[in-house]
Parts: sequence; structure tokens; C-alpha cells
Amino acid sequence: MATPYIGVPIQRREDLRFLTGAGNYTDDLTLPHQTYAVFVRSPHAHARIRSVRTEAAARCAGVVGIFTGEDVAAAKINGLPCGWLIHGTDGQPMKEPPHPILAQGKVRHVGDPVAVVIAETLAQARDAAERVAVDYDVLPAVVDSVQALKTGAPLVHDDVAANRCYTWSIGDKAATDAVFTHAAHVTTLEFQNNRLIPNPIEPRAVNASYSRADDHYTLYVSNQNPHVERLLMGAFVLGLPEHKVRVVAPDVGGGFGSKIYLYAEDVVLTWASKKVNRPIKWTAERSESFLTDAHGRDHHTRAQLALDRDGRFLALRVDTKANMGAYLSTFASAVPTILYATLLAGQYATPLIHCEVTAVFTNTAPVDAYRGAGRPEATYVVERIVEAAAREMKIDPAALRRRNFIRSFPYQTPVALLYDTGDYDATLDRAIEMADVAGFPARRAEAARRGKLRGLGYSCYIEACGIAPSSVAGSLGARAGLFEAGEVRVHPTGKVTVFTGSHAHGQGHETTFAQVVADRLGIPMDDVEIVHGDTSKVLFGMGTYGSRSLAVGGTAIVKALDKVIAKGRKIAAHLLEAAEADIEFTDGQFRVAGTDRSKAFAEIALTAYVPHNFPHDKLEPGLNENAFYDPSNFTFPAGTYICEVEVDPDTGIVRVERFVAVDDFGNIINPMIVEGQVHGGLVQGLGQAMNECGIYDSGSGQLTTGTFLDYCMPRADDMPSFQVDTRSTPCTHNPLGVKGCGEAGAIGSPPALMNALTDALGVADFAMPATPQRVWATLQAAQRKQAA
Amino acid sequence: MTVKVSMTVNGKPAAAEVEERTLLVTFIRESLRLTGTHVGCDTAQCGACTVHVNGQAMKSCNMLAMQAEGKSITTIEGIAAADGTLHPMQEAFRQNHGLQCGFCTPGMVMSAIDMLNHYPDPDEATIRAELDGNLCRCTGYHNIVKSIQAAAKTMG
Amino acid sequence: MYAFRYQTASSAADAASRLAAHEDAKLLAGGQTMIASMKLRLASPSDLIDLAGAADLHGITVDAKGVTLGAMSRHAEVARSADVQKAIPVLAKLAGGIGDRMVRNMGTMGGSVANNDPAADYPAAVLGLNATVNTTTCSIAADDFFLGMYETALQPGEIITSISFPIAKRAAYMKFKNPASRYAMVGVLVAQLADGSVRVAVTGAGPVVFRVAAMEKALEASFTPAAVASIKVPAEGLNSDIHAQADYRAHLITVMAKRAVEAALA
Repeated sequence: MATPYIGVPIQRREDLRFLTGAGNYTDDLTLPHQTYAVFVRSPHAHARIRSVRTEAAARCAGVVGIFTGEDVAAAKINGLPCGWLIHGTDGQPMKEPPHPILAQGKVRHVGDPVAVVIAETLAQARDAAERVAVDYDVLPAVVDSVQALKTGAPLVHDDVAANRCYTWSIGDKAATDAVFTHAAHVTTLEFQNNRLIPNPIEPRAVNASYSRADDHYTLYVSNQNPHVERLLMGAFVLGLPEHKVRVVAPDVGGGFGSKIYLYAEDVVLTWASKKVNRPIKWTAERSESFLTDAHGRDHHTRAQLALDRDGRFLALRVDTKANMGAYLSTFASAVPTILYATLLAGQYATPLIHCEVTAVFTNTAPVDAYRGAGRPEATYVVERIVEAAAREMKIDPAALRRRNFIRSFPYQTPVALLYDTGDYDATLDRAIEMADVAGFPARRAEAARRGKLRGLGYSCYIEACGIAPSSVAGSLGARAGLFEAGEVRVHPTGKVTVFTGSHAHGQGHETTFAQVVADRLGIPMDDVEIVHGDTSKVLFGMGTYGSRSLAVGGTAIVKALDKVIAKGRKIAAHLLEAAEADIEFTDGQFRVAGTDRSKAFAEIALTAYVPHNFPHDKLEPGLNENAFYDPSNFTFPAGTYICEVEVDPDTGIVRVERFVAVDDFGNIINPMIVEGQVHGGLVQGLGQAMNECGIYDSGSGQLTTGTFLDYCMPRADDMPSFQVDTRSTPCTHNPLGVKGCGEAGAIGSPPALMNALTDALGVADFAMPATPQRVWATLQAAQRKQAA
Repeated sequence: MTVKVSMTVNGKPAAAEVEERTLLVTFIRESLRLTGTHVGCDTAQCGACTVHVNGQAMKSCNMLAMQAEGKSITTIEGIAAADGTLHPMQEAFRQNHGLQCGFCTPGMVMSAIDMLNHYPDPDEATIRAELDGNLCRCTGYHNIVKSIQAAAKTMG
Repeated sequence: MYAFRYQTASSAADAASRLAAHEDAKLLAGGQTMIASMKLRLASPSDLIDLAGAADLHGITVDAKGVTLGAMSRHAEVARSADVQKAIPVLAKLAGGIGDRMVRNMGTMGGSVANNDPAADYPAAVLGLNATVNTTTCSIAADDFFLGMYETALQPGEIITSISFPIAKRAAYMKFKNPASRYAMVGVLVAQLADGSVRVAVTGAGPVVFRVAAMEKALEASFTPAAVASIKVPAEGLNSDIHAQADYRAHLITVMAKRAVEAALA
């Protein structure tokens, strides 16, 4: 029986523990003699610290230790590093102001940690934290990237002029600008890509401990990449060697990017656990998550598309101001550059593209990768401006897209990427069919009879997953490798434990990866266990982000499996007294080609560990292989989303009436899990378009949307059910032919909704999120205009 | 000051000396070490902490342990059969991929059981409306709705 | 949460005397607002007096004149009461739309009314149905009860024991929920009372629940959606926040009032 697992919607093996309350999240862990940390945080967006007085707090019941920025400075602990060095158009490196783990001299956003109080109980730590007296000299704050660049704006970092981190560009500016002087048509859009607050339902949590007996640190942390966490914290901040630090990311309750990063709390607790010689736990309250988790998006962009009279795209130029927040988070600098501007070709053969990005410091929480990371922002630019151009030129939006689709692969875009494969007509055709676009005019007319406004919008997105290869990324400023590691440990009975550097926090790797392994080895899935998330078990790893796990982490496992099979073939050849070249491996059997003589995988495994009859002259005993895989290119998932909305003009409420998603993820291992990833991504994208917006008060710099009472999380009754399907062009450069599916929904859906909404409202543009109030206000303005 | 609080949890008597300000969820998680009940927010919005108190779904982060004195509490750990057979709602979530990271899941399941106690055969709109006390960031709700529909069939 | 002493009251009178004994004592009804604000350290009572055990605060009674809800009536209890559904359907419906299903299982009518949150639903029912608030010391007419934001006619130490809602000819409540919190951003209760008079009570839109006299007058003349469709409430004095500016709230009052009349007639 061939391939009994790949492509099958197998139920997840993770589910049993999650459904019975047996999951093991960081906050579930209680260590002997554990203490609790509470952080004293800045209530101000921008202030000088005159003094931090801890005496009263230290006298409170149960207090074990209190540490401030001064203690951190005295201990010569470095600031948090940024993992990607961008060089500006002026050739200068980006400004990297220090990012201390406890504020020193100044606080730069509300929630900036000033001190930590460690006590016997959480309640005692909270009580004592209130007694830490911080004297602030409050300074004017700036929260908006455009305002922050203006002369006279408050300086977030005293030595960063104009709050400018860098100005970077890609593409041929002169050639692009030249096209605009004679293009038959130019479409211009200017908009804000709204700030989002990731809000995984599990808040960040840390439990750090230190053992004097062996000078060893253990850090449990809700994190997407424990090895990266260890490397950054050990090598760059605390100066601890890897072999003395174990980082465990156990069950993690969602990440969406926000748990990639090395956070101050992780470092403070690790350092302080040695100082107090006790384990310390900290779990963010949701209010702290709002203030201190890295946020997403927050771009201000002006874009122009030049077309010829037939609607062929001639050139695209884009200017973006990207809000970095108060400090550079771990991968912040790469998001609005490498992960954004390189995607501006979309699915189209636009010959010239130029993009300039200015990254700006403000008195807000740091902004970094959030589900999609740069690609949603790029897709929003491309798919909104294409739709706008179609309407201006009175060309059917689908037809305009088709007129410009890339159809010849590989395709070199003018913004650095090389698309390996794709079939954009296939996903568009299928989406049009599923969405019954032909029936839309009748549905719109029917809605109008009910007094409702109905609109339809497309989004034909492309994204780039599995950021790679390391050599290219390195030349572009990456300070880390972008490979993945895997290890296949075959036990003497033929059971298999697989260790992966990828990390699952909802994606179901324990199931999907086991499907791949079981298929490749021809053994039952029950014989395969997947282990991840512990630096003391897994050889190395870069973790999970950018929809890379299967394409990169899965491929590393496949490479290790290939080595296992190759060694097994040698052992089988010895046992079967045949030439190695004559041994074929299918369905779990090593067989002499053309005969019925064979050895099962388990027999070979046993021989490897009980090597009585074994080719000792050629092979070592044992069957345990590992592999590192550094991809030769990104993968390029793409697809078409069609959204149909209905607006109630009396209230401004927007309802999604239909949503069709047709994606090309290449080959699919577990369609059930893939569909789930699409659903989740879509709701995060539609959440951005309809509900969510991180708002800072421009005067005080306070986060107005600092709880679920004000930050509008999408709920079940805000959202529709979805119609999803796939079309596949397998990735050409990884052995599984897979591309990645984790972010597509969040990337493709915001412009689909906004294109539908602007269609319904009959307006050229509309700023996300489409809250009822803003929809109503727009309709009011249109009415007033009509009346005038 | 500490007080003694006692109640029945998942059919067994449970008691502890706690501070009067102890929340029910803290009692469940810290005193009883039943960590399946989760805390996802501090404003009683997310529903991850949902348990049943005398058979009704409540947010254990938004009530004191003392308010549950003498009552019967059921947590996610207490709904499967003694032999490990899943409750039909747990089974429906598993069959329909109604969970991803699993963090909101205990609250979702406890809330969904309560929902079906009052709406044995809900339509999609009812399910979505009645889920307004539970946030999920992973699934987009699509498969949670499917799971509850499926459970309604098996439980009905 | 700050430390406090937890006490239980066996009756309304017991609660009142415990309340009188400590200056910073507070009552705990369902706790859905109280516990939340204590968690955020916005409230710091010295003593918390739990009313759950006060038998005389519980119970729903329905007779020919109307519905009396004990102060400790849980929202879910009111929503599911067949008697309430029959006597004053709008009351059951309003209670069934408060917060979410878990909040409704815990939250109480008395707690909601005494707290008088500007975005709470119950004040609209009390004012719109011309209810009477019965307390440990007296009875207070709805029109005299809600004084301002979180401010009521309750004197220190006075406790709501029950509220009596007279049966209305017809009534409906329409709520536009705050997209994030799901509290009422604008909630309008329209009721035609037994004597034919009409009340239009608005919650969520202003600092405190209020009536719209112009709409009441128009509906008394003609109880039709058209009667209120063009009556605008001035935006001045209404709440403004990121979810709804005052002019939008003013507009929604008209829309919700119209829809409430439609629903009341349905």
C-alpha cells in the first residue's frame, strides 16, 4: 500500500491532551520553591526617570528580590538585539539604539518595564510592586510615524535624528519615475495599514530557574523558536554559553509571530533566577500583553500604478513610512523591507517597481512580524490599487488581473524574488466559479430592494514562505541562518522518534510531520513520535514563523529520512547478500529488485542495534540520522479570494455574506489542518479589515485599545463560514513539493474585503478597519456631497 | 487572612485554605492543580476560564472561590467518562478540527455544552451568537461552529 | 486584587447592618462588574458582603399587575422564566441579551441596576417600563432613580431588594452593541404602557439612561415606526469614544427606536 497518510485528513494527535485539559502550557508548570515576578511598568509614553525607590516595596511581605535598570546596568547586561541589519539608501547601517531589559534613564512607551518585583506569591508581588516609587519627568510623546518624522517632533532616542531608523529602497527609481511621465493612466492611493495587536489567547509566560549544582539555567517560555531564544539571550544579552542554558517551549497557546521574539521579561527572569536562587514565574496579564507584545503592521503608504491604455501595468511606485515603535524588536527591521517590498510584484508582470521605506521610532510598543509580516501590507497595496485602477478604467477587475498575470515560470520580478511556479488563472477561475460571480448582479439588486448595499471584491495574492537561502539573507542583513534541522532516531524495534527544530503552537506538526515520516518509511503512524520545543532534546532549530515549518523543517526531516533509508539499504544488502544497488525500499520493505526476498524496516532497525551479522567494515551500528536543510529559494503560495459584503446603510454594519478562498499551497499533507489554517488566517485578515485597530492617543501616548473591551477581537458572530478549495502547482525546489499555508488567509483577505466594501459603498477608498461608525460616516458624507 | 473553602470538583470533595481574594480559577489551577482551565484575559472577555458551577457555565476568573463554596464545579478534566471515553462535545471538536493551539478549547467546550443544554438543536446563527463569550484566535470559529453542530446531532 | 474580608449575608437586613458596620464595605451581587474592577485594582473594599445567601433577595413573582424580580435574579434566570416571557416578553429578551452566556449565568438584575453603568441594559428596562425600585428603606420610581453616571438615588447603606415592572401593552428593546465590549453602545427600549402612554428609554448613548420626550409624544399619537423615523436626538451631551462619536450615537438612537417600534408591533 503506497502513501496511506499523505493527503489524508487525519485527526490530530495533539487534540486528546488539549481537549481533556492535559495540555502543558508554561503557566501550568509549577516548580518547587517557585517565586513570582511582577513588572513595574511605565504609565507614561515618554519620560525621564528621575529616581526609582524600592525601599518600601522591599519591606513588603514575601518579597524575595527587586531589580531595576540600575542593577541591570551594573551587571553589564546588554540590550535586546535586532536580528536583521538593514543598510539605508545612503549606505549607512540602520540606527540601533539600545533596548535595555529594564529601562535606563528614559521610558519610551507605556508599559516599558522599569523594575521587577519577585515575591513568594503572585499577590504579594503585586502588592509590593505598587510600592515601588518611580519619579518621572514626563516628556511629549509621538505615536504616529508621519508625525515623528516632522521637524520638532519629540525624539524617542536622543541620538536618533528625526526618529529615522533607516530609509531603504528597492528597484530602479529613475526608470520607474520615467514611466509615470507618459503613462496613459495613473492610479494613486494613500492609506494606513492599521496597527494590529496579535493577542494569542495564551498570554506570554516565563518560568526561569537556575541550578547552583551544575551552573545551569532552565527557561520555560511561551515561544515559537526556543533555540533562537537561547542563542539571542545567551550570546547577545547575558553572555551565557548554550550548553549551560536549556530553553523549553512546551505547549504554546498561539503565537502568530508575537512569540518569535526575545522579550525583556525572558531575560530578566533568567538573570534574576540566579540572583535569587529560586525559580521565578511570570505570566502576562492581558493588559500587559496589549502593552508589551510586539504589535503588527502600522504602515503609512502612498502608492501609484501606471498603466497603458489597455490596462497593462507599466510601473508601480510605493513610499512607505513604517512605525517601528520605541525599540527595534527581534526581526522588526526586516518586515517592512525584505518581507514587504519584495512582494510588490504580486501575481503580475509589472516590469518596473520602486519602493522606498522609512522606518520610524515612536513612543509605542515595538512593531514586528505578525501573521503575514510584510506580505499582508504588500498585498494590500497591490490588490487595492489594481482594483482601484480597474474601476477607474472601467475594466472588469478579474479581466484586468488576468491581463497582467505572470504565466511563464520561473519568473524574475523586478523586486528581487524568483517565482518558481504558479498558475494564477487556475485559482482565479475556480474562485469565480465557487463565488458565483455571474449571479452577483442579481444578488446586489435583491439586496438593494431590501435597502442594503452589496459589493464584491477580489484579491489575488502571492506570498513568500520559508525565507531563504541563508547566504542571500545574510547578504541582505540577516544575522541568523534560515535553515532548519531534523533528527530521525530509529529505535531497535523500528519505532521512530523524530526531533524537529520547527515548533508547533496550533499548527499540528505532531500529526502532519508524523504523516510524512510514516509514509516515507512505510510504517504505521502510531510508530512515529514527533518531538519539538526543547533545546535539550532537539539538536538545533530556527523555529516556526513565515509559514516555513513543512517546507523547511519538513524537508530537513525528509533529508534525515533519506539518510536512514540509505543506511538501511546498506544493511539490507548485507543481510540479503545482494548488491546495494539492487535493493529498493518501498512500503516499509527493503527488497531485492525483481525478487520476493525482503527485510522489513523493523528487522533492519533491530540489526542496526544488535549488529551480530553486520557489515562492520563499512558501517557503524545504530540507526540515527540528522540533517540540516537550507532552502535554495522561498516558496510562493498564491491564490484568489473573493469576498461579498452587505452593508446596512442605517447602521453602517458590514456583514460578510460570502467568502471564497482558493489557494495554491503546492502539495498538501493534511487537508483538514490546511483548511483550519486558512480559516484562522482569514479571520485574522478580516479582523484587520473590519474590527481590529491598535490606537494610541496622539496627545498622551496612552494605548486607547488596551483591553478586549476596546480592542475589537473578531468573535464568532462577526464572521461567516468560508468556502475554501485548493489548486496545486507543487513547489519545484523541495522534495515534498509544499509551499506553506499558515499566513495566506491573513495576507489575502483584507484587500478582498475592502475591495468588496468600496464596491458596495461606491467610494474610491476606505481606511481599515471598516467599523460601523466609519462606514456610516462615509455614507453620510456621500449623501451630503450628493445633496450639495 | 486565609479562609477555608470547600466544594465538589468533578465529583470529588475539594478544599483548601486560601486568601479571601482568591479567584475560583486560581483555586482550581493552583490549589487543585487542575490546569486545564485557562486564563486568557483580565477583563472577563475571553472565556478560556469557563467552568460549570452547579451545571451552569461561568467564568471562573470573574468570581471568587468563596462564591463557589459548597457548590459543584465541573472543569474540562471532569467531562470525559471514567474510562477515558470523550464527552460527545470533546469528540466533536476532535472530529471536526475545532481546535488548534488548544488554549481557548477548554472554555469553548464547557461553554458549548452549556449552550446545547439550552439550545439542543441550534442553527449556525444561534451558535455564533451564543459563542460571544468565548474568543478563539486560531480557528476562525468555522470548525468550532461545525463541531457544535455535530455534537448537537450526537447529543440530541 | 487588594485584600478584603469576605462576609455572607443571610438576608437583606443582615446585609444592611453589615454594610453599616464598615465604611468601606461593598456588596457583592453577581460580581460580574465588581470582581472585574477589583481585579484591575480599581475598587478596594475593606469588606465584601456576598448577597447570594440572602433568600429574600431571590425570586421572581408574576401576577396580573406585573413582574417583580428579586434583586439577586440572575440574567439567565429572568431570560428563561416562562412566566416573565409571557407577562413582559421584552424583559426576558433584554435579560437574555446582557453580556454573554457565562455573564448571564452569574450577573444579577440588582447588581446591574445599582451599579448603573451607562452602557448597562437593565436601566433601559427599569426606566422604559416605568418600574419601581424597592429597597431596604423605601420604593423609588424609575424616573427618580438614575441620577448620573454610576450614580443612583440609593442612599449609603440602602440596598435594592426587588424591582417591580408593570405589564406593558407592547414593548421591545433594540441594542446596538459596542463591537469590542458588546455592551450597549446604544440601546433603546420602547414601551406602550397599560395606560396607553409611551416611554422611550435610551441606554449606552449618554452618561446615564434617559427618555426621549419627542419620540414618546409622537408614538402616543401614532405607534408606528414612521412616527419616530425622522425624530433626531441632539448629539450634544452624548458619549463619544473610538467606537462611536456622539453624532453617530444620536443617529443610532433614531434607528434603534424605529426598529424597536417595528419589533413591538411584530
